[in-house]
Amino acid sequence: MRARYRIRKDEECVSCFRCASQCSFGAISVSDGRLVFHHDKCVDCQRCVAFCPTGAIYISEDENRFRANSVFQEDDIREIGLQASSGGVLLSSMGARGSQVPIYFDKLLLNASQVTNPSIDPLREPMETAVFLGQRPERIQRDVKGKLVDNLPPHLELSTPIMFSAMSYGAISLNVHKALASASQELGTYWNTGEGGLHESLYPYKRSTIVQVASGRFGVHATYLNTAAAIEIKIGQGAKPGIGGHLTGKKIVGDVSRTRMVPEGLDAISPAPHHDIYSIEDLAQLVMSLKEVTGYRKPVIVKVAAVHNIAPIASGIARSGADIISIDGYRGGTGAAPKRIRDNVGIPIELAIAVVDQRLREERIRDRVGIIASGSIRSSADVVKAIALGADAVSIGTAALCALGCHICASCHTGRCAWGLATQDPELTRRLDPDKGAERLVNLVNAWTREIKEMMGGMGINSIEALRGNRRALRGVDLNVKELEILGIGYAGE
Amino acid sequence: MRKEILDGEVRLSGCLGERYIGCGMKEGVLHVEGTPGNALACYLDGGTIIVDGNAQDAVADTMNAGLLAVRGSAGDALAYGMRGGRVYILGDAGYRAGVHMKAYEENRSTLVVGGRTGSFLGEYLAGGLIVVLGLGHEGKDVTGFFCGNGMYAGTIYLRTAKAPVNLSDKLVLRHVDEKEREAVLRPVVTDFASTFSLDVEECLSGDFIAIEADKSKTYSQLYAAV
Amino acid sequence: MKKEGEVRISSGCAICGIFCKDGRRIAGDVIKRAIAVMHNRSNGLGGGFAAYGIYPQYKDFFALHIFYDSLSSREETERFLDRRFDIINLSKIPIRQTPRISDAPLVWRYFVTPLPHMLADSQLDEDEYTSRAMIRINDSIQGAYVVSCGKDMGVFKAVGYPEDVADFYRIDEYEGYSWTAHGRYPTNTPGWWAGSHPFSLLDLTVVHNGEISSYDANRRAVEMYGYSCNLLTDTEVITYILDYLTRKQGLSLEECAEVMAAPFWTTIAAKDEEERRRLSYLRKMFSSFLITGPFSIIVGYSGGMMALNDRLKLRSLVAAEKGDTVYFSSEEAAIRVIEPEPDRVWKPRGGEAVVVSLEEGHR
Repeated sequence: MRARYRIRKDEECVSCFRCASQCSFGAISVSDGRLVFHHDKCVDCQRCVAFCPTGAIYISEDENRFRANSVFQEDDIREIGLQASSGGVLLSSMGARGSQVPIYFDKLLLNASQVTNPSIDPLREPMETAVFLGQRPERIQRDVKGKLVDNLPPHLELSTPIMFSAMSYGAISLNVHKALASASQELGTYWNTGEGGLHESLYPYKRSTIVQVASGRFGVHATYLNTAAAIEIKIGQGAKPGIGGHLTGKKIVGDVSRTRMVPEGLDAISPAPHHDIYSIEDLAQLVMSLKEVTGYRKPVIVKVAAVHNIAPIASGIARSGADIISIDGYRGGTGAAPKRIRDNVGIPIELAIAVVDQRLREERIRDRVGIIASGSIRSSADVVKAIALGADAVSIGTAALCALGCHICASCHTGRCAWGLATQDPELTRRLDPDKGAERLVNLVNAWTREIKEMMGGMGINSIEALRGNRRALRGVDLNVKELEILGIGYAGE
Repeated sequence: MRKEILDGEVRLSGCLGERYIGCGMKEGVLHVEGTPGNALACYLDGGTIIVDGNAQDAVADTMNAGLLAVRGSAGDALAYGMRGGRVYILGDAGYRAGVHMKAYEENRSTLVVGGRTGSFLGEYLAGGLIVVLGLGHEGKDVTGFFCGNGMYAGTIYLRTAKAPVNLSDKLVLRHVDEKEREAVLRPVVTDFASTFSLDVEECLSGDFIAIEADKSKTYSQLYAAV
Repeated sequence: MKKEGEVRISSGCAICGIFCKDGRRIAGDVIKRAIAVMHNRSNGLGGGFAAYGIYPQYKDFFALHIFYDSLSSREETERFLDRRFDIINLSKIPIRQTPRISDAPLVWRYFVTPLPHMLADSQLDEDEYTSRAMIRINDSIQGAYVVSCGKDMGVFKAVGYPEDVADFYRIDEYEGYSWTAHGRYPTNTPGWWAGSHPFSLLDLTVVHNGEISSYDANRRAVEMYGYSCNLLTDTEVITYILDYLTRKQGLSLEECAEVMAAPFWTTIAAKDEEERRRLSYLRKMFSSFLITGPFSIIVGYSGGMMALNDRLKLRSLVAAEKGDTVYFSSEEAAIRVIEPEPDRVWKPRGGEAVVVSLEEGHR
């Protein structure tokens, strides 16, 4: 197949061959003391560029293009060729790329105070970002003396409305899990094991850990469920709604096999649905069985992909006994997904939050559950906008991986991640120092939190709950009437 | 409100909420009786204003020089952005007293409160001196919450041994020793005491603590240029 | 230009309140003199008063004050009322023409009680029955607006300076044990009478100074519980939150203050274990009703009054006491003009509710 990228070097090259040793895709090799470039193998992960000491190496799109056609684009022709030669379903990773699907966050603008009320300087005045996620009963209760009784079910307590998304051990390395767990503990937030179980070495991070129960039930046992602050039932994810998972046997080695409790070398298949949930009342049964096994001490999260009828789905989940709904949007990432599914199924997270928040309010149950939004949250501004639309908190996956070195080459499914993240190859996983990784994650979330405070302060809001669902904090640009209506916001200038 | 001129001093009596009294005054003596309105002594640039009753909000806003002495209490946002001169309040001050007070060249702002203050005392303090004596409130909290938040210069002195509640970690607190008490506090407190005929030794008795910005924690380290 | 309710209008204000704990009834000219001192805080685009204990002869009936744009809206409303209530008395509210108050709607007063069989069929208590009926009038009858609907109380409001509004409504002719007043400084309004304050629901009235930054979060939360915010004003949403928390959730007013002006988490952390648990519970349970941004409010209700500042105390609020009378005001001067020598003058701290009630034997 013809190359997509072209590797070049200039005269600054000192032939240290570091690029070759860093390339995990076999795109750069050394032969007879000379660098050899195998352009067709390059994925543009930028590892060689980052490690070249003289800045002598360049990766660019190959200038040889298919003949331009307004209907059949470069990728279409390339993919037809690939499928014609292989007969395979196209596999990809990371988030959707539908170029015609708007990123609504970029069309939303925030408000700020001028004169009629004061803005607040968050560096000097108190600014609260603590979020409590969980169920709220309908009514207060008092004891015989008239004192308030604490009738709140268990809540997750976040110091900032940012948590880390579910990414399984197997899809990513143990070092990544370590970095996420340790960063969460320091930040006062949560990381999520994903569906591949929890490595025993991470049990001490129990109070910062959310364990996932997915259709494959990998590594799920009573101890696992109790070694967590909360349990997440994964129904679906934004990158592949309605699709199961498939971790190839090649990645089921050593500790991955032990943690998942599946034999080495055997594929780990996650069925498309949970075969004990064919209807909403079955979900309630799973929610309650997980509460039983954990003594009603942990909130249960239900994670779903944002699909067309997300509002009634969320309503059903809210009434299932679940404490928190996690919604993953169209652009949400993945370690591996069929490309057609990734790019063509689901709806953007912004619209999903807006309709779910509104629907739960119409049904008077919004205060009963927490809502977590995810699916390509790229910055603190996205966080603020998601919360103003109605989420309680967000979770970040791709952004967290970027903090650890990911350059979004979307080759996770190859297992050859040059940055040592989405791989189990011990040579590669060593590339991430979990302590340094944790430090970078802490820095990222702290920086975002400061920015969130700046934006809140500008609006004169000093606690995050007063931002939640505060849609007057938002105005839209370049949106049509229907989009504004769904988002529940006014146009800029209105 | 009535205005009289006696021995070169102006006396306003029967005040009830009239705003901007003494605004921008440069010299002379002004006696105010009753309850003057908001923005009393704003931009005060010299001379003396003495108030017999309570003052309201936004008193001594952006004051540059002179003396304002209030025998009662003051409301919120007292001495905001004050650059020089002296503000003496015999009673209590409201929330946000001395926010962003400054010192510049020979100008040095001084605020002394005989009683207690509300929260956010000396917020963003950029210079000058704030003294809270807490007279009659010994052993109790004299400043409320978030005292000195975001201050980056100047000093807040409190006549108490107790640290204010939830003091920011960007501030340093120290107990005032005898030498500093004599050198820094005695002159200021003596002037305050004589203005209101108080016993200076009583005003200086007991422990004092000082609060200043922690110079090792600047805000610039919070930023990363894109 | 859009009117109140079609667009959200922010405003600054003056507020004050007088409460006689011994139930002594004082005439309305007293509060008029107080609010007039703070003339500068309003801009002539809204003023109003709430008074309690003014209708002792009808104290068991809901007193409805209603604005009408037209005769037809009055007729429609009266037909609506007639089907649901026994109308004991109805009349125009007496006014005194003044050149400073113009564009007056028709202002009517009714004393009513729910029709017993309608009330029984509704399975509601009479308060809920009445409040739903009033919300319906405001929502669905074009040109009719219920200004107040509590018992032995009433709201008098208009577009104008509060002292002129007082003259217009002849409030010197009413005597009440509790009065609140409001002078408004809206940032843009064509001057719609219903947009003036106090805002009220049943016997609950609120006057408010400030602009809250949590508005839409609060509005969308309270609308979940059957309220509909037609005016898009802070005062309206605060009134509904108070009604929800007190009447529907059973919180005390002090607890409401701990929800709406909740202490910071750092402040809560410094409390003893029991208090920490209690305050954390209230914050977590009712997080949607935290109000941020500047506000000072005076809340009137049958038999009591509450004054409250936001938790940062971004608006001024002074309290004073003389014998059995309690005063609240945006500025001390407004209290001094009616009570030159109070026994005590103090400034409640941010988030610290001051609640006063009629003394035993005067309720």
